[in-house]
Amino acid sequence: MKVTITVNGKTHESEVEPRTLLVQYVRDTLGLTGTNIGCDTSSCGACSLHLNGESVKSCTLLAAQADGGTVTTIEGLANGDVMHPMQKAFMDNHGLQCGFCTPGMVMAAIGLLNENPNPTEEQVRIGLEGNLCRCTGYHNIVKSVLACANEK
Amino acid sequence: MGGSILGNRVLRKEDPKFLTTGGVYVDDLLDEPALNGALHVTYARSSVAHGLITGIDYSDALLMPGVVAIFSGADLGLQPQPSAYNPMATRTLLAMDKVRYVGEPVVAIVTETREQGEDAAEAVIIDYDVLEAHVDLEKAMASTNLIFDACGSNVVFDSMVLGLPDNTGDAYFEGCEVVVKGRYMNQRVAPCPLEVRGAAASWGTDGRLTQWLSTQHAQGAVAPIAAANGVDAAQIHVKTPDVGGGFGAKIGAYPEELLLGVIAKKVGKSVRWRETRSESMVGLGHGRAQLQYVTIGGTRQGKVTHYQLWAIQDSGAWVDMGTILAPFMTRPMSSGVYDIPNIECRTTSVVTNTTPTVAYRGAGRPEATAAIERAMDMFAAEIGMDAAEVRRINLIPKFLTPHTTVVGQTYDVGDYETSLDKALVAADYKGWREKQKARRASGDAKQIGIGVSVYVEITGGVGNGESAKVEIQDNGHALVYTGTSPHGQGHATSWAMLASEQTGIPIENIELVWGDTDLVPIGTGTMGSRSLQQGGNAVFAVAAELVNKAKSVAARLLEASEEDIVLDKDAASFHVAGTPAVSKSWADLAVAEKAAGGLVHSDVIGVAGATFPFGAHVAIVEVDTETGKVRHIEHTACDDAGTVLNPMLLEGQIHGGVAQGAAQALMEEVRYDDDANPITSNLADYAFISAAELPSVRVVHMETPTPINLIGAKGIGESGTIGSTPALQSAVIDALAHLNVRHIDMPTTAEKVWAAVQSAR
Amino acid sequence: MIPAPFDYKRASSAAEAISLIGEYGDESKFLAGGHSLLPLMKLRLAQPSMLIDIGRIQDLSYIRDAGDHIAIGALTRHMDVEKSPVLAEHAPLLAHAAGHVGDPQVRHRGTIGGSIAHADSASDLPATTLALGATYVAQGPNGTREIAAADFYKGFLESALAPDEMLTEIRVPKMNGASWGFQKFNRRAQDWAIVGVAAWKRGTESGVALVNMGSVPVLATSVATAIAGGASIADAAQLAAAEAEPQSDLNASAEYRVHLAQVLVRRALESNNA
Repeated sequence: MKVTITVNGKTHESEVEPRTLLVQYVRDTLGLTGTNIGCDTSSCGACSLHLNGESVKSCTLLAAQADGGTVTTIEGLANGDVMHPMQKAFMDNHGLQCGFCTPGMVMAAIGLLNENPNPTEEQVRIGLEGNLCRCTGYHNIVKSVLACANEK
Repeated sequence: MGGSILGNRVLRKEDPKFLTTGGVYVDDLLDEPALNGALHVTYARSSVAHGLITGIDYSDALLMPGVVAIFSGADLGLQPQPSAYNPMATRTLLAMDKVRYVGEPVVAIVTETREQGEDAAEAVIIDYDVLEAHVDLEKAMASTNLIFDACGSNVVFDSMVLGLPDNTGDAYFEGCEVVVKGRYMNQRVAPCPLEVRGAAASWGTDGRLTQWLSTQHAQGAVAPIAAANGVDAAQIHVKTPDVGGGFGAKIGAYPEELLLGVIAKKVGKSVRWRETRSESMVGLGHGRAQLQYVTIGGTRQGKVTHYQLWAIQDSGAWVDMGTILAPFMTRPMSSGVYDIPNIECRTTSVVTNTTPTVAYRGAGRPEATAAIERAMDMFAAEIGMDAAEVRRINLIPKFLTPHTTVVGQTYDVGDYETSLDKALVAADYKGWREKQKARRASGDAKQIGIGVSVYVEITGGVGNGESAKVEIQDNGHALVYTGTSPHGQGHATSWAMLASEQTGIPIENIELVWGDTDLVPIGTGTMGSRSLQQGGNAVFAVAAELVNKAKSVAARLLEASEEDIVLDKDAASFHVAGTPAVSKSWADLAVAEKAAGGLVHSDVIGVAGATFPFGAHVAIVEVDTETGKVRHIEHTACDDAGTVLNPMLLEGQIHGGVAQGAAQALMEEVRYDDDANPITSNLADYAFISAAELPSVRVVHMETPTPINLIGAKGIGESGTIGSTPALQSAVIDALAHLNVRHIDMPTTAEKVWAAVQSAR
Repeated sequence: MIPAPFDYKRASSAAEAISLIGEYGDESKFLAGGHSLLPLMKLRLAQPSMLIDIGRIQDLSYIRDAGDHIAIGALTRHMDVEKSPVLAEHAPLLAHAAGHVGDPQVRHRGTIGGSIAHADSASDLPATTLALGATYVAQGPNGTREIAAADFYKGFLESALAPDEMLTEIRVPKMNGASWGFQKFNRRAQDWAIVGVAAWKRGTESGVALVNMGSVPVLATSVATAIAGGASIADAAQLAAAEAEPQSDLNASAEYRVHLAQVLVRRALESNNA
């Protein structure tokens, strides 16, 4: 089937199987491999991206469901060489180690601040409940998100 | 003159890529020409834990869309291979006669797309004669139903075969005023790097095999890949893309990875493989899984005089690295930070019908620490003394020359009491004891628990040194080659700091090369917290040698004596002492040396041995005594890793370590049913800890440099994990001490805590 | 992991969806947000051959004050239920519970109707709407009918919906100032409840329902009856599991679940939220 999806500002018309997941579409069809797959039970959040401005788990959505929609992935955040404030906050606060959860974590964190611009530490921790990281112990991820909120 | 870059909080060079386009992990190699049109491999796996294979039928699967080929072990002519740790145990890379755990690969399916592989795997039919499966370690030990017949027993390794004595039982404690016994299960956990395993293989027209591998040790994979393919090691080229975490489980190469070259050759095309998380939870090695019988004895005044440990290690269904962690890591560290005059420690490793165990963050030391720390707590409870006080009485006093424990392990330097004091003060231990008292008096359902642990561990015990090469390019930039294999640790930044310190070349002009066995043929990889003290040390030493080499070139160009040449690190250039106006840059020297093979130096730099980082952790929990729910509310970690290169990276290692350690103490456990079917084989069922269950970590700095290497550094990768687990377990039990609870096995889940309260009342 | 192959049709109205499911029959399934169905399909525990995507039916996402009750369109997302000012005023228990479903990403996609139609006793919203005495509206080829929440849950993942019926609306009585409590007991924040409790109380009137205490969401009628009869909350809570048939599983034994239900019912009824 044919889907038309605008990804990082560019509109793509693509042929996909009905069962094609949004994450497969982004990675395999468009070659945007920043978005990762870390599990198969919607648990880890590594595949988080924005669909129509909200964070979603792209492993639990069909590309067909995103037909006509607007997607932003990690690759679409920076403005040229200027990082998005959340990317910069992760860099400045050592909010990443192996980098595998990072794209999903950053997308979830931006979504979190969009909905709650001034969260407490506890709200950040609970707000990231759907994104798993094995390296950082979340300490510096939480710090990054709080730092980004304070920047604004 | 600018100060040294060492010891500074330097941001990571590698981060912009990870944050803007994402890392390039093995599954992201879309632009690799050799993998253009690569086929996908999917493995059909055993659905029974222990059984004889009576038939394999893939005829229907062969007819499915996109299926190119399907291979059983017989189709590939696989031969049994012996375990490196017990040659009587043998297996084929695809199970042929017998399966030994759920998830063991049996059939390889090659398809045009990955999705087709998943579809076809469902149509492969494997028939079994099901055998009784072993999950219980002690039953497996005693059973004549053998997992590896040729071993003659399910015990596949015992410290007694090393000539070490057996434990002498209760007799050992005659004369002790106080004797306390415990049976602790240091439970099986899943390493769970966020990136699962993946690999790709491609034969070149030159007859060489290139294999991309998500690994902690590319150089170590060369020999087994060569052996699997029946070619010389020189024919193998392993390349490491970005690696999304390893935690020990990606040290060794696995059957699914070793077979890719064989399969690629059979189908005449490059192949890729990436497992799913559900496969990874049963296919990637597990950690811990050690049953401990502990007895501790001493005086009523709190002096521990005798300690006896029998560690029964679950090897799982293969004699892999997990087998030898108990004798070679747990046993040497059984004395912990304590001066105990009499210790017995026997280890016994047993196979079961479960996923094979391997190294997992700490690998044998967390088990040793958990055993002695839990024993100390039970001893303290028995004599009614404060847990921190009992520890203080028994600590080895500060030593700055080597100290050898009664089990024969020599520690480099130690100042355990200072680390304990620092942690207690930073955590406000006394204040929390007051709060605990008040809470108990109030009768509130939610009680406070305080846990203390003091630990020492071995780091850099793997390898005797490391290779390094520093090469100056024509533009004056440096390439640093290392035998370590970063997968989150930040070597690109810290090795650049070390090279910059010696050469004056700014870190943005220094690039790191690793994990490519053609470019870095010698390397021991990243494991056992060895990287900085061996790999970083080598870079530091080799860069210093390169500066000497550069000085001789500069002397020639400046027509001066070599002794008179100085390196101006701020300018990254060389001049004759006293005449800085005339100088030669690194670029000048590199160009001048081009004809002579370039300005480059490489060497393998040895180290005098392992180092023994130590520290103390204090965990505070709140336990709901009505429901059993535990909340981890504060954590203080004082970890002494010697000289600190980059405090930001050090803290990051501690934070991550603490989270993994807390996860083991509180939540995570790989579980099987009675027939050895895994029941935690995805991330919905396995309680991988999240941000919502953890507090921020208070890191207390302490630096006692080691004399073992040039930098003074010890390892920090595993300390957080080793120190936090016993502190957390202890805190949970401490919250219930007034209810007469003395022990709860990990993970201290709500139901176990509730049950302990019920049975103590 | 990806689902086994299937065909896909998108419905633009409830009527079209019902006609499609009539056409394709047993092997077809409605797809709303997909956050109950797609995970099962990826693990290949469900393999429908046809998915009828109802996610774009415009007129089924709403939250309206309908006098004595609030009418919620079946395709209203959890996040919209959570943030609804109308529900905050008239059914705050439901808004609060919706904020505990899954994680934020799940709440951006999952729908209240999808969750209820999936009829998972471990889900938060079936039990919450049950506690509130909700009525569900189903539309089929022959028109619409109302089904009381108490009559809806028939067995494990089994509801009173006919195969060719679609859940279109959830009607939640206004809480009229009742105090309420929601207790979700789980291992990790993102997990399903090991045991959950949704409860409200207004004088001697109350409603209590349990999450994951058996194959269906459980209405704890004995608790409500005891409270109506003047029992203390603590005493009434002892009857929490009287209607439940909890199972033992990976996360809890049946015995522990019973204990948790008692503690959590007491805490939920003692909550001072209003």
